[in-house]
Amino acid sequence: MARPYDRSLLLILVLLLCCDGVRPILGAGGGGGGEEEFTEELLLKPLPDKKVLAHFHFQSTVPPSDSIGRHHHLFPKAIAQLVKKFHIRELELSFTQGRWNYESWGGSDPMSNINAKAPGVELWTVFDLPPNDIDENWKGLTHALSGIFCSSVNFLESSTAYSAPHWGLRVNSSSMRYGALPREAVCTENLTPWLKLLPCRDKAGLASLLDRPSIYRGYYHSQRLQLFSTGPTGIILDQTLTVVLQPSVQMDNIPNSYDRFLQPNWSIMSMFKKKVTGQCVLAKASTIFIELENSLAAEIEKLGCGESWKNPAFELSVKPDRVIRELNSVEGKSGSTLYEFKVVQYDKYEHLDVGIKWKLPLVWSCPQVPFLASRFLMGSGNERGSIAISLRPTQSLEWFLSDPQRCTVRAVVFQVVPWYVKVYYHTLQIFIDGKPMPVTDVVEKIRVSPSEDKVSPGSLEMMLRFSCVMSSAALTMDFDKGFLHIDEYPPDANQGFDIPSAVISFPDFYSSRSYLEDNSLEQSPLLLKRQKKTVLQSYTEVLLVPLTTPDFSMPYNVITFTCTVLALYFGSLLNALRRRIGEEERLLKSKDPKLVGLIPRILSKLKGRTPESCQSASPSSASSKPASKWLFKVVFVAVVAVLWHFYFNTD
Amino acid sequence: MAVGSLIFRLILIGFSDDLNLGSRPEVATPVTSLRRLAEGYWLRNSSMSPYSGSMYHGSPLLLHVLGPLTIKRVEGLPSHLFCSSIFIIIDFITAMLIRATGQKLMSTNHQSLQRLNLSCVQETMGCTNVGDLASLIFLWNPFTLVTCVGSSTSPIDNLMVVLAIFGACSGLPSLAAFGWVIATHLSLYPAILIIPVILLLGYGPDVPPSKLFLLEKSGESGSDYSSDKTCSKQRSKEGSPIHLFSWRPALCFILWSLIWSSYIFFLSFISLKEFGGLSEMMKKSHGFILNVEDLSPNIGVFWYFFAEVFEFFRSFFLIVFHINILFMLFPLVIRLRHRPCFLAFVYIAIMSMLKSYPSVGDSALYLGLLGLFANELAGDTSANRILSIVSILGSNEVPPGTNMNMAINVKP
Repeated sequence: MARPYDRSLLLILVLLLCCDGVRPILGAGGGGGGEEEFTEELLLKPLPDKKVLAHFHFQSTVPPSDSIGRHHHLFPKAIAQLVKKFHIRELELSFTQGRWNYESWGGSDPMSNINAKAPGVELWTVFDLPPNDIDENWKGLTHALSGIFCSSVNFLESSTAYSAPHWGLRVNSSSMRYGALPREAVCTENLTPWLKLLPCRDKAGLASLLDRPSIYRGYYHSQRLQLFSTGPTGIILDQTLTVVLQPSVQMDNIPNSYDRFLQPNWSIMSMFKKKVTGQCVLAKASTIFIELENSLAAEIEKLGCGESWKNPAFELSVKPDRVIRELNSVEGKSGSTLYEFKVVQYDKYEHLDVGIKWKLPLVWSCPQVPFLASRFLMGSGNERGSIAISLRPTQSLEWFLSDPQRCTVRAVVFQVVPWYVKVYYHTLQIFIDGKPMPVTDVVEKIRVSPSEDKVSPGSLEMMLRFSCVMSSAALTMDFDKGFLHIDEYPPDANQGFDIPSAVISFPDFYSSRSYLEDNSLEQSPLLLKRQKKTVLQSYTEVLLVPLTTPDFSMPYNVITFTCTVLALYFGSLLNALRRRIGEEERLLKSKDPKLVGLIPRILSKLKGRTPESCQSASPSSASSKPASKWLFKVVFVAVVAVLWHFYFNTD
Repeated sequence: MAVGSLIFRLILIGFSDDLNLGSRPEVATPVTSLRRLAEGYWLRNSSMSPYSGSMYHGSPLLLHVLGPLTIKRVEGLPSHLFCSSIFIIIDFITAMLIRATGQKLMSTNHQSLQRLNLSCVQETMGCTNVGDLASLIFLWNPFTLVTCVGSSTSPIDNLMVVLAIFGACSGLPSLAAFGWVIATHLSLYPAILIIPVILLLGYGPDVPPSKLFLLEKSGESGSDYSSDKTCSKQRSKEGSPIHLFSWRPALCFILWSLIWSSYIFFLSFISLKEFGGLSEMMKKSHGFILNVEDLSPNIGVFWYFFAEVFEFFRSFFLIVFHINILFMLFPLVIRLRHRPCFLAFVYIAIMSMLKSYPSVGDSALYLGLLGLFANELAGDTSANRILSIVSILGSNEVPPGTNMNMAINVKP
């Protein structure tokens, strides 16, 4: 009880002195306390297409400490060692299955902006190291992570798999490495080690809701791990799991035309088949939020219902402990509404089953990214093709911009292509509204690191600037498909090869939410995170490039075939060089005219061996000499073989 | 006829967008592709080494010559027009050089026969003008047409090779050295032409072998050579002509090639000063040719083999395949010592078959040069045999090509 009092006293002291020299004392004081904290939160949000987004957020923090081998009582030791060993400043690892639907699930609110990830595994890390040591640490890190999460993150070790973005992903990130494995399948084997990092695992608290069949049935599943490690704050570990689920529609009443437009009713029980039976005892805070999107909140307000939890439009199954309104700065529009439920009041005997019951059919839309980006392949055949990225402005663009008539928008494209997709960067063409534009007019900044065969992937960072009144923008680049060695093909080569998603960010736009009640929000890392200003970014589709496959079954055929061609060349050329045709002809002419060709000789042999009789005397006398020559050759080869054998055996 | 072929080329260029020959693997190899050159030029312009990435594998000097012509223009004339017109001019120059070489060969042949009092042989056999024949074969060869219209830098390689032979035939060591050095710089393999070029400079162009007289002498007893009887009788008085190797032009050639190669290296060094320097150039151009890193299909035998061969045998087979070219050099020199020009032709033919990234442009060169030996091939049997082998192997190029087509067309 005395500790907070002490600390506040110290704080006052610091404020009074207002001196940097005191800071280490405070730091030491905080570190000496060693207060590791853990919070668990769950945010549920209805989506316009009758789906529900569930976002689990677990945060563990550890204050800074100097000792390396110390024990933690809440914070996972594996992660702390990882951070120390590889000097990680920031890290994000995401395992995603399914694709985030930017059109209907939104993209510009903090929720979707931060949590929408590229399919497969994506890992980026900022190291606190000099540039020469980064690659070495990255390799170690990928191996450690693949061990921790039972995944193939170690495939990112190879230099063909990762790249070093300079400004494409974040501003000024020279010590950053980025890698993605778009084909990695995500399953429980990745979730189990992820849950092991939580102090209560999935035995208690909100994590106990993670019923495997329910969460893997969803449309989108993204499991993330985010690390921040700075000197003064220690290590912050954010573990989030975002799932988009389809609540089962209860057919208890007769479905009429009116009900068809009604949102499905859902509760935690109906979605996860489990109930919240109290919080994890080690958690500092355990909270469940239900968020209503700002356009939905506006819709409800239009109906004349306030922010109460029981109104003509919908009804919550449990009375919320608190209602948090978003402070919307833009022209007095209503912000989103958050209903907060504290899990601490509930236990095994009194379950918390948060749910929502809709009474009126409501139609709303989520705030979208200013430009919807999509990427596709053009061309046919297995030799070449082109990659196209198209950007289409959405209605929300006007919402972002004050003066849509005279403005320009910036977009940063970051794209990594594997080396076997050999992009010709000089063929970059930009079409605005279908008309080709000079590249220099649109591209403000470009950084290309071309791919090197079997060494490094090609990466493209490009800043585009265009007018916001355009109706479409597209950029295309030609590429040749490379040919791999037979060993480099993956097991199912005919399926094709994946090109990781491109990241398109909009540095002019930010996503952030601000809430009225500021002091109480410090309890909730989830809400704190939403208040942070982050640049809007979106991921494009993963591309599937079919490559030509060689005949895997018969390398020997190819080898023998090619060697035959070479032997034919060698043998026949040698023969042509050695033989003296003119002299041979003369020799033949001087001999018996009967023995001209091979075929007549064979024919005569078949007929009755007439020519043999005249020559019978001469070969018998001459045969002794060739025989001795033969014998000599055989003996010579045998001696060489014995010597060879002897020589190598003595080694 | 020659003008007709040029006009035909111009017409084809008009359709080259539809033909899309520049990306055909038969026409453009990773070393000669003009698209890759454009990429290298783009990289260079954006202050990166043209060799960064694995796109460009040619010479840095070509970037300066052809690079500005590859820049895309948004409106106006198509960009490939300039390059293609340059290639037409280059083809024409090559044809003219072949013609001049042929005339030189004919005149020396005539001279030597006259000196041997064998001019009646020429009269009886009926001699065609090989220079015109060879240049027309070269100009109207579909391979040459395709190479010229499809964007590929192999016309420049061919020009340099022909320039070296022409220079050697007409006894100009500086010109021969220039052609040889540039050709070697561009595509490495013409390096082996140093032997025929030195022989050409030392002995002069092709003459009948001294051995022929011995053969003829012994052949006098036979009844077959009745037509040449009078000639042979005259010849036997003269005795065999003595061809001495003249060292002066050969040494001149070596000196000149040293000067030219240092000049080339100097220019490349200036061009690549800010980037990787000469070591990167050697690694990315000649090293790329020797290491066969690119396994994309072409008409040669290397790519499919190295795509399927086991990794631990790779270096062994690389040595075996490359040594195949070198292996036959000296036997051929011994056999064709008296015919350095034909020796050069055989070398070019072997090169174009066994090089790591062959294209039809290489075949176009040796098929064009074939016309130069029309008269000799009518009589000489050993040359005929070698030619037949070359043509057999030329047909051997086809199976890997069909393999490639299978690989490309058969989609899963």
